[in-house]
Amino acid sequence: MVDLSVDLLGMRLENPTVLASGILGVTKGSLKFCARHGAGAVVIKSITREPRKGHPPPIVCASGGGLLNAVGYSNPGYRHAMAEYEDLADVGVPVIGSFVAETAEEYAFLAEHFANHLEFDAVEIPLSCPHTPGYGELAGHSGTDITYEIVSALKASLRAPLIVKLSANLQDIGPVAKAAEDAGADAITAVNTLGPGTCFEAATGRRVLGFGFGGISGPPLKPVALKAVYDTFQAVTIPIIGTGGVSTGQDAVEMIMAGATAVGVGTAVVPRGVEVFRKICEEMKDLLAARGCSSLAEIRGKAHEKQLVQDLV
Amino acid sequence: MKSSSYKTSFDYEDLTVRSTAITRIVEEARGIRSFGFRGSLDAQPGQFVMLWLPEAGARPFSIYKDDGEEFVLTIARVGPFTEQLFDCRVGDRLGYFGPFGKPFDLRGTHLALVGGGYGSAPLSFLARNATAQGVTSELVIGARNKSLLLYSDEPAIAGVMKHYCTDDGSYGYRGLVTERLHELLRDDPSIDMVYTAGPELMMKEVVAVCDEFGIDGQVSLERYMKCGFGICGSCCVDPNGLRMCVEGPCIDNEVAKGISEFGVYHRDAAGIRHPFVTA
Ligand SMILES: Cc1cc2nc3c(=O)[nH]c(=O)nc-3n(C[C@H](O)[C@H](O)[C@H](O)COP(=O)(O)OP(=O)(O)OC[C@H]3O[C@@H](n4cnc5c(N)ncnc54)[C@H](O)[C@@H]3O)c2cc1C
Ligand SMILES: Cc1cc2nc3c(=O)[nH]c(=O)nc-3n(C[C@H](O)[C@H](O)[C@H](O)COP(=O)(O)O)c2cc1C
Ligand code: FES
Repeated sequence: MVDLSVDLLGMRLENPTVLASGILGVTKGSLKFCARHGAGAVVIKSITREPRKGHPPPIVCASGGGLLNAVGYSNPGYRHAMAEYEDLADVGVPVIGSFVAETAEEYAFLAEHFANHLEFDAVEIPLSCPHTPGYGELAGHSGTDITYEIVSALKASLRAPLIVKLSANLQDIGPVAKAAEDAGADAITAVNTLGPGTCFEAATGRRVLGFGFGGISGPPLKPVALKAVYDTFQAVTIPIIGTGGVSTGQDAVEMIMAGATAVGVGTAVVPRGVEVFRKICEEMKDLLAARGCSSLAEIRGKAHEKQLVQDLV
Repeated sequence: MKSSSYKTSFDYEDLTVRSTAITRIVEEARGIRSFGFRGSLDAQPGQFVMLWLPEAGARPFSIYKDDGEEFVLTIARVGPFTEQLFDCRVGDRLGYFGPFGKPFDLRGTHLALVGGGYGSAPLSFLARNATAQGVTSELVIGARNKSLLLYSDEPAIAGVMKHYCTDDGSYGYRGLVTERLHELLRDDPSIDMVYTAGPELMMKEVVAVCDEFGIDGQVSLERYMKCGFGICGSCCVDPNGLRMCVEGPCIDNEVAKGISEFGVYHRDAAGIRHPFVTA
């Protein structure tokens, strides 16, 4: 028997798949829907202080064997979200909150007025969205100093454990992850979407996304995410949620070998259906069983032990 | 009977935007036009496409006809996107994604189809498909008055009995489609399946009438749709999170009754709830 369960920040996950923020997850019902289909934990769509309609549609399009998205943080704002995410126990799996702000002060405000009033098992903040003005990369929030500043401000006010979600665009993710850890972050999610990139309608050359450009997710992101997780594992001791292009059990195993404790799954819901969480787990079990492993601890971080890589891959 | 097959997952290539051009424009009723587009969707009744106008965005519309060379949508002018579409002329190019969504599941021998407003479009498509499979139907189409009534001069469809209803009696039956449905179910015990699309409070009433007669049915439940293929969550309903763009829009009455927001509220682009109000 292969046991896929993991402990993450005091949460017990039946399996390491975590619904990534912004893929469904916009209501408690949609969290339950993903939990019913096998997600080990779920992250809510990021909430902002005021309601946002998001960027004009099309908000998602296919390109390069993956997706581009420019959703633009559509969400009802924290006041409505308070009602949306009441009584989270009936979701059935751990629920991770997510919110995003324009300044360190606003981050602290949302901790006090939003997250601290709900039963989130942890909270994730994306300092890394590449396509929404005012936030993440477009607000210069993905660097070392600003990460330290925001995380410090938030740790002083937030009750739940804090997960910091880093950019896919960093040449050297290690120092940023270390700054987050030094400021008190409890875990790292690596990574957000890459880019941005764009895509055109073949017949006319018009840009498809309403916003003009968007973040890259799915298979084209996977090698970038894998390296980010590998480098983060070298830089910090706190746990990592490896996210980006995980579509199969093999992808998930690679993320864990690179050092991830759990794996985020988002875009793969499109090609494999919402059943993707269960499918990934079944595939992971088969892969582990074929290697004579009975738990994920036996493979975690193995990519950092050079000889063993050959045995495992 | 052939049961419907549809996609609940998509290859990335399925999501590529396709280009088309307007083949014809027909004035159906006040503020409602049918637009023909070049190309076939290989779509089934109840499915929808995301139409894309680069200056105005992308919006979901049900399919009214798809004959293999041209597909037709019936569209009400209600806001910025549809206004811009109404300014388009024959020959103008547009983009679309899809078809998406769970179609109606054709599973009766004599059907009642109850449509209000542009909801009559997918039901008319269903009626023609049913005929092709040897299934007869009673098509009940309603509007407030004659000037808003759809398809009243459309040629007869074999095997389809049409019942036009207007609230003010300016054309056809005087009264609500649900009242006409009640009479049909009372008088014709051979009706074994009821399909409905249109204003949500009307559909809620149709489901209640079905329950009164113990008859099975399906409704087409529209929610705010941004992506159309199940990733963004904007069309998820409470309390179970079903995505109306993938697990819907066409759902069994039993499923609809399990949706606590059915006939009660819907969400907008930001995800804020708005109650349905009686007109
Ligand atoms: C599955 C489905 C099938 C539909 N079929 C048809 C059809 O056959 N004919 C037709 O005329 N209309 C149809 N609609 C509704 C149509 O999408 C809206 O009327 C259109 O989006 C309005 O856009 P607008 O910019 O003109 O108006 P807006 O001012 O943007 O909106 C007017 C109203 O339309 C609704 N709406 C707007 N955007 C959306 C959206 N993305 N998804 C759902 N509802 C929206 C809202 O209730 C809004 O209050 C369908 C909707 C869905 C979900
Ligand atoms: C449609 C869509 C919406 C997203 N919205 C958010 C969001 O609100 N907050 C966030 O932190 N990340 C968001 N992301 C990024 C994902 O959480 C994830 O980091 C990224 O998509 C890479 O994982 P994947 O390849 O498995 O999708 C979004 C991604 C997509 C595709
Ligand atoms: S419209 Fe995006 S999930 Fe249905």
